[in-house]
Amino acid sequence: MAKVRGAIVVDNELCKGCGLCVVACPTNTIAQAKEVNGKGYNYAYMENPEACIGCANCALVCPDSVITVYKVKVS
Amino acid sequence: MADIDIKDIIREENLVYKKTDVLTDNVMHYCPGCSHGVVHKLVAEVIEEMGIQEQTIGVSPVGCSVFAYNYIDIDWSEAAHGRAPAVATAIKRLMPEKFVFTYQGDGDLASIGAAEILHACNRGENIVVIFINNAIYGMTGGQMAPTTLVGMPTATSPYGRQIDLHGYPMKMTEIVATLPGTCFVTRQSVEKAAAVRKTKKAIRKAFENQKAGKGTSFIEVVSTCSSGWKVNPVKANEWMTEHMFPFYPLGDKKDCEKDPAEDYEKYMKG
Ligand SMILES: Cc1ncc(C[n+]2csc(CCOP(=O)(O)OP(=O)(O)O)c2C)c(N)n1
Ligand code: SF4
Ligand code: SF4
Ligand code: SF4
Ligand SMILES: [Mg+2]
Repeated sequence: MAKVRGAIVVDNELCKGCGLCVVACPTNTIAQAKEVNGKGYNYAYMENPEACIGCANCALVCPDSVITVYKVKVS
Repeated sequence: MADIDIKDIIREENLVYKKTDVLTDNVMHYCPGCSHGVVHKLVAEVIEEMGIQEQTIGVSPVGCSVFAYNYIDIDWSEAAHGRAPAVATAIKRLMPEKFVFTYQGDGDLASIGAAEILHACNRGENIVVIFINNAIYGMTGGQMAPTTLVGMPTATSPYGRQIDLHGYPMKMTEIVATLPGTCFVTRQSVEKAAAVRKTKKAIRKAFENQKAGKGTSFIEVVSTCSSGWKVNPVKANEWMTEHMFPFYPLGDKKDCEKDPAEDYEKYMKG
């Protein structure tokens, strides 16, 4: 059966660490880094990359439009 | 889980979502989590999808979104506080082939600009109005707005809004829906992906209405202001869902496509 795998790329330096993508993600893929970016924000990243399904929910709710989403079907 | 390397997923041919080119690369000055950023994105995406970047003119308000012209790459005019609907009226009448919209906060639209919005809607100006209702004056430090909920504390109502002292919160969307000049009046939100998609659809519909010359399309977006509300962005969305949505119910208040004549007749009969 074909499965869907996704991945997101967050622009770490432009992320404001608001956390809205974290709660919008249905698969708990995203967490906020312990480290901060140049602006002092705990940027978002894929903590569980294998869980991502590429649904783009995170990117839709991101107020700063700093998430890019990829999706691929794998068998 | 199927075995594939992340770098093989992150490839151009697998791209499903990226920031629209109609947004500039300027970093938004908004606070983390501010709804303004999400709505800017949706307006920009609709402009891109309709291919109207060169024909669209926005009118920005006074309020946090005063700098909207730095972020959406179209032509703009910046209006005096509350006057965006009057400025948009002039632009649209002089250049009817353009797509013209105002982008206004609740202080701008419901307080100092109450007259301008009501008369533009009553005249049925063929424009789109995007109304960001975060129930507060965000820009100036969180003062009470006409839309502030009863009991909601703000910088100028530290014990919460009181009806006897401050009056009732105004439902601008329901008010403009009673005016025959408006064709599409809706209240949306952007706190979760499904809501974001619905709001985008509403914005698209509003611009299509303008193309068809249907009159004023008015879209309220119930929004957060985590700085003004003094909670973090995630909590702000929760607070909004719990407290704002019951008073400001989401959904279409009017859609003239359904029956414009009936609406108008009802209005004339009183
Ligand atoms: C004529 C005039 N009166 C008052 C102000 C001060 N002022 C600036 S923004 C604002 C209200 C902004 O609130 P809102 O429209 O809700 O926008 P938000 O910042 O919440 O998005 C006020 C009263 C002003 N700039 N000009
Ligand atoms: S694309 Fe969907 S599954 Fe992947 S991180 Fe974003 S919200 Fe989560
Ligand atoms: S929603 Fe955007 S700005 Fe907020 S934490 Fe996620 S990536 Fe960063
Ligand atoms: S003060 Fe409120 S409305 Fe203004 S940018 Fe910050 S969160 Fe947004
Ligand atoms: Mg406001």
